[in-house]
Amino acid sequence: MTAAAPAPAIETHGLTKRFGRQTVVDAIDLTVPRGSVFGFLGPNGSGKTTTIRMLLGLASASSGTAQLLGHEMPRNVATVLPRVGALVEGPGFAPYLSGAANLSRLDSADLYAPRATHAARVAEALDRVGLSAAASKKVKAYSLGMKQRLGLAGALLTPRDLLVLDEPTNGLDPQGTREVRSLIRSLAAGGTTVFVSSHLLAEIEQICTHAAIMSAGRLVAQGTLDDLRYAGQPRVRLLTPDPAAAARSLARLGLAVDEPPAAGLAPRDVVIEARFDPADDARGESLDIVARLVADGVRVHGYSVERPSLEDRFVALTGEGFDVEG
Amino acid sequence: MSRAETADERAPGGSGPAAARATLGWGLLGTEISVLFRRRRTWAMLGALAIVPVLIAVAVKLRPAASASGRGPAFLDQITSNGLFVAAVGLVVCVPLFLPLTVGVVAGDTIAGEASAGTLRYLLVAPAGRIRLLAVKYLGAAVFCVAATLSVAVAGALAGAVLFPVGPVTLLSGDTISVGESVVRSLLVALFITVSLLGLSAIGLFISTLTDVPVGAMAATIVLAVVSQVLDSLPQLDAIHPWLFSHYWFGFGDLLRQPISWDSFGSNALLQLGYFVVFGALACGRFTTKDILS
Ligand SMILES: Nc1ncnc2c1ncn2[C@@H]1O[C@H](COP(=O)(O)OP(=O)(O)O)[C@@H](O)[C@H]1O
Ligand SMILES: [Mg+2]
Repeated sequence: MTAAAPAPAIETHGLTKRFGRQTVVDAIDLTVPRGSVFGFLGPNGSGKTTTIRMLLGLASASSGTAQLLGHEMPRNVATVLPRVGALVEGPGFAPYLSGAANLSRLDSADLYAPRATHAARVAEALDRVGLSAAASKKVKAYSLGMKQRLGLAGALLTPRDLLVLDEPTNGLDPQGTREVRSLIRSLAAGGTTVFVSSHLLAEIEQICTHAAIMSAGRLVAQGTLDDLRYAGQPRVRLLTPDPAAAARSLARLGLAVDEPPAAGLAPRDVVIEARFDPADDARGESLDIVARLVADGVRVHGYSVERPSLEDRFVALTGEGFDVEG
Repeated sequence: MSRAETADERAPGGSGPAAARATLGWGLLGTEISVLFRRRRTWAMLGALAIVPVLIAVAVKLRPAASASGRGPAFLDQITSNGLFVAAVGLVVCVPLFLPLTVGVVAGDTIAGEASAGTLRYLLVAPAGRIRLLAVKYLGAAVFCVAATLSVAVAGALAGAVLFPVGPVTLLSGDTISVGESVVRSLLVALFITVSLLGLSAIGLFISTLTDVPVGAMAATIVLAVVSQVLDSLPQLDAIHPWLFSHYWFGFGDLLRQPISWDSFGSNALLQLGYFVVFGALACGRFTTKDILS
């Protein structure tokens, strides 16, 4: 154990899954650094759950490799999985057993969980997700949100090095979603790497340090959240009563104007939006656009440079999601 | 020292800590059996099985003459002279359908039931280990076979003792044995029938690995039990009879003679072992390579 940098928590190379002739996960190279909170984003059906199944050794890869905590999967499931807590495609419990009995069952399946502290582990996991009061209730009497929490409790039975959480906020109300986020934050603060998938960027954007975006089985982007944001083109937003002159002026500066306005004077202020060339991103800040506009006789009543939100980028990459601009 | 480094000592191949910390894993078997007997379904099936000998005893008690009319099992009328026969009659009645039915439900449910409840993926991620899970599931089904047979035998013995006189028993060979000895013979018959059901349990386990629909696996297992008995009754197929898992299901008569003949017990045990090995291997082969997509 002398290596300076530990192996990534998750690392895949060309990981591929085919169902018949449909390629559901298409040669993805995923790298999840230790200690990160990694958002695994993508619309429904983009292959997130299938990827997670392969990572956990539930499904075999059609080709490619996957490593968890530095060890090849699925060959090392027996020794690696005790260090990994997981929620896969929603909670799954025996409805005729109580929440505590269900957890107790999972705990007894883990060879590395000492028998002596069995009951204490179950009680603590239930407490952690706020289900202590419902511990002895049968799971069939649980609401979807309670089942989801019980699933999280199952993932937290023993201290984990890695948590793989597939859509952990599904079925939770806004309050429950906030609680899950704060739980993930506190786990990450304790040193656990958290790999969390979601089709809703907004639900996890605020807690992630890193993210990857899936679209139709392909990994279309990954990196730190800032990397992903800055990969988008910055935009200039201008408020002016001289739209035609402004558009000419911006074009001369090398910006692409979204909707070139009709010539002539507008009766009142008009919003003009323009994009920088993505290749010379750095100019966005240095170029003194306002001074040039004023020099060209354009009256500037409002001006801002905006980075696209991660949401914009998510939509641009996946071609899906809600049109937030309206 | 960072947390990650501590954890790495438990990594594969890492000697000491991992080996020292691993438990023997009997806990999973314990929970499996306790879960089995916490299910209302299990008790409903055991209760239904127990009712069969009780119904027989009550019916014979109410109309003793009807059983002597020649219809029904030959020794049904013996019940009236000795209540200890009720257990044996109950087992004979349950062997062809009721016992295979309940065993089919339990064995067919083993893996497919977990898959359909969504618990299979969580057990495997725990990680239960695929072979270990199969072993635990099979042992759970075997425990149910014991419980099912015993519930018929015990309910029959109790009903017989309550409704009829109890005394020394006349065996099929004509010899007479004491009440104590007859209890031992009843338990031997129960053991014989339990062993008879182990091959069927292995078949059910295998079928259960093929599907995520438990009812399908249960039905298929039960149908096979019936088909095997039908084939066994067709004289044209006598070449395959010794290979049918139901072939010795009624062979426990040998245990009711003096001296006891163990031949059919041995043949039956060997045959069931064969089915266990073949279908156990098929179940392992299937389950260890299966994509868990439930
Ligand atoms: N068992 C299966 N057989 C065939 N196709 C499947 C199966 N499971 C999932 N798929 C397909 O794989 C694709 C990805 O599914 P999934 O990984 O569940 O996506 P996500 O979790 O991102 O919503 C979907 O198009 C789905 O139809
Ligand atoms: Mg999914």
